[in-house]
Amino acid sequence: MAANSHGKTNGSTRWVGTRPVRPDGVDKVTGRARFGADVHLPNMLVGKVLRSPHAHARIHSIDTSAALALPGVKTVVTRDDFNDLPSEFVPAGEMLINYRDVVRNVMAREKALFEGHPVAAVAAVSEKVAREALARIKVDYEVLPHVLDVVEAMAPEAPLLHEDLITAGVEPAPTTPSNVAKVVEFKLGDVEAGFAEADIVIEREFSTQPVHQGYIEPHACIANYSEDGQAELWCTTQGHFVVRGHCAKLLGMDVSKLRVTASEIGGGFGGKTVVYLEPVALMLSRKSGQPVKMTMSREEVFQASGPAAGTRVWAKVGMTNAGRITAGEAVLKYQAGAFQGSPVQPGCMCAFAPYDLAHVKVVGYDVVVNRPKVAAYRAPGAPQSEFAVESIIDELAKRIGMDPVELRLKNAAKEGTKAAYGPTFGPVGLVETLEEAKAHDHYRTPLKPGQGRGVASGFWFNIGGETCATLNLGEDGTIALVAGTPDIGGSRASLCLQAAETLGVDVERIRPLIGDTSTLGYTFLTGGSRTAFASGMAVIEAARDMIRQLCERAAKIWDIPVDAVEWIDGEARPAGSNAGEFEPLSLADLARLAGKSGGPFVGRAQINAQGAGPSFGTHIVDVDVDRETGRVTIERYTVIQDAGKAVHPSYVEGQLQGGAVQGIGWALNEEYIYDDKGRLQNPGFLDYRIPVCSDVPMIDTVIVEVPNPTHPYGVRGVGETPIVPPMAAIANAVEGALGLRFTDLPMSPPRVLKALGDARVPKAA
Amino acid sequence: MAKAHVTTTVNGDAVEFLCDAEQTLLDVLRDELYLTGSKEGCASGDCGACSVIADGRLVCACLMLGVEAEGLAIETIEGMADGDQLHPLQTKFLEHAALQCGVCTPGFLVAAKSLLERNPDPTEIEVRYWLAGNLCRCTGYDKIVRAVLDTAEEMRGG
Amino acid sequence: MRYEAPESVEGAVALLAGGGPRGRVLAGGTDLLVQLRAGMVAPELVVDIKRIAETRKIREADGKLVIGAAVSGAELGEHAVAKALWPGVVESTELIGSTQIQGRASLAGNLCNASPAADTVPALVAAAATCKIAGPNGVRRIPVEDVCTGPGQLSLGDGEFVVAFEFPKRPPRSADAYLRFIPRTEMDIAVVGAGVNLAFDDGGRCVAARVALGAVAPTVILVEEAGQALVGTTCDAAALQEMAAAASAACRPIDDKRGTVEYRTKVAGVLATRAAGIAAQRAKESR
Ligand SMILES: Cc1cc2nc3c(=O)[nH]c(=O)nc-3n(C[C@H](O)[C@H](O)[C@H](O)COP(=O)(O)OP(=O)(O)OC[C@H]3O[C@@H](n4cnc5c(N)ncnc54)[C@H](O)[C@@H]3O)c2cc1C
Ligand code: FES
Ligand code: FES
Repeated sequence: MAANSHGKTNGSTRWVGTRPVRPDGVDKVTGRARFGADVHLPNMLVGKVLRSPHAHARIHSIDTSAALALPGVKTVVTRDDFNDLPSEFVPAGEMLINYRDVVRNVMAREKALFEGHPVAAVAAVSEKVAREALARIKVDYEVLPHVLDVVEAMAPEAPLLHEDLITAGVEPAPTTPSNVAKVVEFKLGDVEAGFAEADIVIEREFSTQPVHQGYIEPHACIANYSEDGQAELWCTTQGHFVVRGHCAKLLGMDVSKLRVTASEIGGGFGGKTVVYLEPVALMLSRKSGQPVKMTMSREEVFQASGPAAGTRVWAKVGMTNAGRITAGEAVLKYQAGAFQGSPVQPGCMCAFAPYDLAHVKVVGYDVVVNRPKVAAYRAPGAPQSEFAVESIIDELAKRIGMDPVELRLKNAAKEGTKAAYGPTFGPVGLVETLEEAKAHDHYRTPLKPGQGRGVASGFWFNIGGETCATLNLGEDGTIALVAGTPDIGGSRASLCLQAAETLGVDVERIRPLIGDTSTLGYTFLTGGSRTAFASGMAVIEAARDMIRQLCERAAKIWDIPVDAVEWIDGEARPAGSNAGEFEPLSLADLARLAGKSGGPFVGRAQINAQGAGPSFGTHIVDVDVDRETGRVTIERYTVIQDAGKAVHPSYVEGQLQGGAVQGIGWALNEEYIYDDKGRLQNPGFLDYRIPVCSDVPMIDTVIVEVPNPTHPYGVRGVGETPIVPPMAAIANAVEGALGLRFTDLPMSPPRVLKALGDARVPKAA
Repeated sequence: MAKAHVTTTVNGDAVEFLCDAEQTLLDVLRDELYLTGSKEGCASGDCGACSVIADGRLVCACLMLGVEAEGLAIETIEGMADGDQLHPLQTKFLEHAALQCGVCTPGFLVAAKSLLERNPDPTEIEVRYWLAGNLCRCTGYDKIVRAVLDTAEEMRGG
Repeated sequence: MRYEAPESVEGAVALLAGGGPRGRVLAGGTDLLVQLRAGMVAPELVVDIKRIAETRKIREADGKLVIGAAVSGAELGEHAVAKALWPGVVESTELIGSTQIQGRASLAGNLCNASPAADTVPALVAAAATCKIAGPNGVRRIPVEDVCTGPGQLSLGDGEFVVAFEFPKRPPRSADAYLRFIPRTEMDIAVVGAGVNLAFDDGGRCVAARVALGAVAPTVILVEEAGQALVGTTCDAAALQEMAAAASAACRPIDDKRGTVEYRTKVAGVLATRAAGIAAQRAKESR
């Protein structure tokens, strides 16, 4: 049986690669779409969290009696309501989490480990009463010394966050606890030998600040726990199956008794892959017997949800005078926040991934500090380490007077390159992005006086994983598509396109839905740039499953063997010796005949998607610097990235543009400012400065398509790579403008002006 | 303190509601009138997700008290389409894919509408500064700005 | 919390005087609502002054401009006469927040929030504007620079509130300008602000100069020495440099989340110079 030839023939596609209006679009431009906080239930209570005002404190006691005595307060939850859980690591997005820590992050147990750490929660009849109740809870804290900086936290005399934390990954195991949770190492070849081959060796130390994902929708959920032990949870999340698993674990429930529905999600970028409010809302609902709605304020989002790791990175690269990179070495120290599990491992793996190197060594440290636990943020771990390496590459190019794109081309990873972290690359598109960069009008346009231009490349693995999808054929031949990956940036559109392509039907006939956890099998979350790829594969599989059923039915109707039926352009046609014998049966015909001919059609797929193709990108940026105030202005920006195949090019461009602008924020202004007591001074968008509309120019994009061989249409993930290059690209551009190399982010006006002043002093003297 | 009784107009309809003096207009719209199209991204005037038009002026609903709405005409995203006819900005936002997650979208649309009412032929810079109080973390603003400029052009032509 | 929206100045004074120390004036609410939400203030009474006609009017008579206390930034920005007379004051107002904030934020709110970084205050001080204050004992007038006494501190008595801002008559060949520095292009609070108001004789010599700086001391400061450095000059490079040095020397800033002492001090001089350049140019063009 020729299942589906559509989409594979001549590599040309009818739907994949087009730009229809997204199926959820109208709801989103009319205000009809329901996000996490947009639902109200009858008899609903309001839940609020009491948070630690201290960065580090032992909790001796919590007295909730006065809160409970307040009229309108229905229940209170503290550490006593959650069972302690043993150490057990499970995947959360692209990072690992430990249930022992999850239960503590959700509600502090022995100690409060960061300002904003939840200590208790109340459910009350109104927000006002809930607030008043929080004020009546008495917590007896013993304030302890705290540590925020990763290097200080590694010092032997540093205050200990976890008295039982023994560093993993070193032999022999240490006998005393420390804040270093883990040491990891990746090695390829012999770096000493590699550096010996080099004519030039540059080593530098870099630092990056923690940055928040900055999604505009704060965390929100509604829990409705019923007396029979079943519960419904509505929440804004990147993965409702993952939320179900975590919540069931923390509440001691069967997963089948908890039905989680993902609301429309107002941005996540990795930050909505973990649970914060959800288990608390469920517990409050269980104890009060009423639905409980919880939302975080923006301040709570900043204080207590996960930023990307702040880091200290030392890197060293050796090169010959001819521009061949001979060796790379790096040491990465990543803040994990209050609990272990920074993305230092992917940071190590990505550091030198864009290059074809024989000798690489990267060592990483996962370090706990008194800050909120880090969460995934777009390509977690990679931007920090690649910032360091891409800055040094630029400097090396300048040293030998070689064009930085040329130097990258000379050393670029390509098909067959063995990456330092293990695998050998299949077809990848770095060289193609670099060639596009070289040819791009942006790269060839002369700079205005005083401006600087920078380039940098970036890499991210992308992931696949467990994924289900269903296609339900309606009696009129239209299709309901059910996927399990929350749609954050238009993925329903790209899933419909892939289904339409496979089935050979008009995309408008397919209506998508993100099913709740009871409607589909386990589906991993939206993260790792996996949705268009993995849910896409599942949808294609489901479509093929349906085509199989449709062909079988046509064979039955025509009374010919099934292998004499083929599916072409959305209809069953008799093939082989029967060709032309019968009128083709379209999808609509078969749908109409379904009941009479044997029953309904449901295409199903449950897959563990493998072979997510990595995605490389190269960015070009021009900056201007106000020499008197230190302000850096982004004058022009171009993103070039390999998408494998852009299913809906507009949303691919959107990913590239959004990632670049987040990177601009990371490079220039975003940082957390703490006082000497470890309290966050800028938990709001006024002083945590994400780029605003007037800060940035248009972001030009070039989509390169080097097909990923494991996906029927060649799709690779695209969502994460675009945040990797901007920091180095901008630092390289600033260096071009000023002749000063910035190794510490952000390159905020005071830092730039100070560097300019420091640089002038010797000249004047 | 007894609740205040407020008489106002929302999207052209006479509306009465009761609210506490502390409640913001955004709280009232979302929690009392169930008009959840206006979003709360910050509750402090920084993100623009709650943008509404009050007596012809673009404002943050989170920075107005509900009681201040007495006698005013309030316009929200829910009133932007005319029956089943989308506003040209809504159509262009869809065509240009000017939204990813879409949580910022109602605020941008309301703000852009108020811009085009005042300035039917804005420059890119004018669009960017007018919308600087509307944060979007997903799109990098490119497609939003293009959609607004394109709408302006279309509306001038038509 | 009780909300009242009186329609007369007397009504507002009566409410405020009767409300005790926990009564608050509400103008645009763009500071007050943020503070309410954060629990920083918990007034028992809020008196909305926007329904008092006088607070909403912009009037010009005999070259003298009067701006009502609750006039919003957007309204002021649309007022051609105000813009022509006091471009620096108007631009300082228009710099406040976003378009949305502009729809509400007022001059009096900006002043009476008593933040050292308030954008309009250096411009108002440079303009030598006066506050008309109503209270239980009637009306009094004081220079804008005498209203704030420290961060969050006002010299207003119980029951008093600002009704309007009154501006002196503009001499010929004069103009003002305001500039601030923020890390982004919009949506930040000033790290440094500089308001400059200059007047020239018909020979192009500066005859009067007022330079005021924001965010570099506990209150906005009027830097007399900086003004004097310009008087008698053509505002040439040397004079501007001297003015900048005087401006920087007057700074007594703090390190905080928005800037360092070193940064603020340096940039104060830079901005004062640039603002003076703009004011001088405008004054020239006003001929
Ligand atoms: C997102 C955002 C951005 C901002 N950006 C800026 C900025 O760039 N620059 C800047 O300077 N400020 C900025 N602000 C602060 C604020 O918008 C301004 O200070 C504004 O001018 C306050 O005016 P208002 O009318 O809203 O004041 P309100 O909030 O109504 O009042 C502020 C204070 O003054 C008192 N008050 C008001 N009117 C009177 C009166 N007539 N007499 C006596 N007391 C009175 C009130 O009781 C209150 O304490 C920003 C605020 C936000 C939320
Ligand atoms: S919610 Fe009103 S501006 Fe953010
Ligand atoms: S589309 Fe997500 S914040 Fe704008």
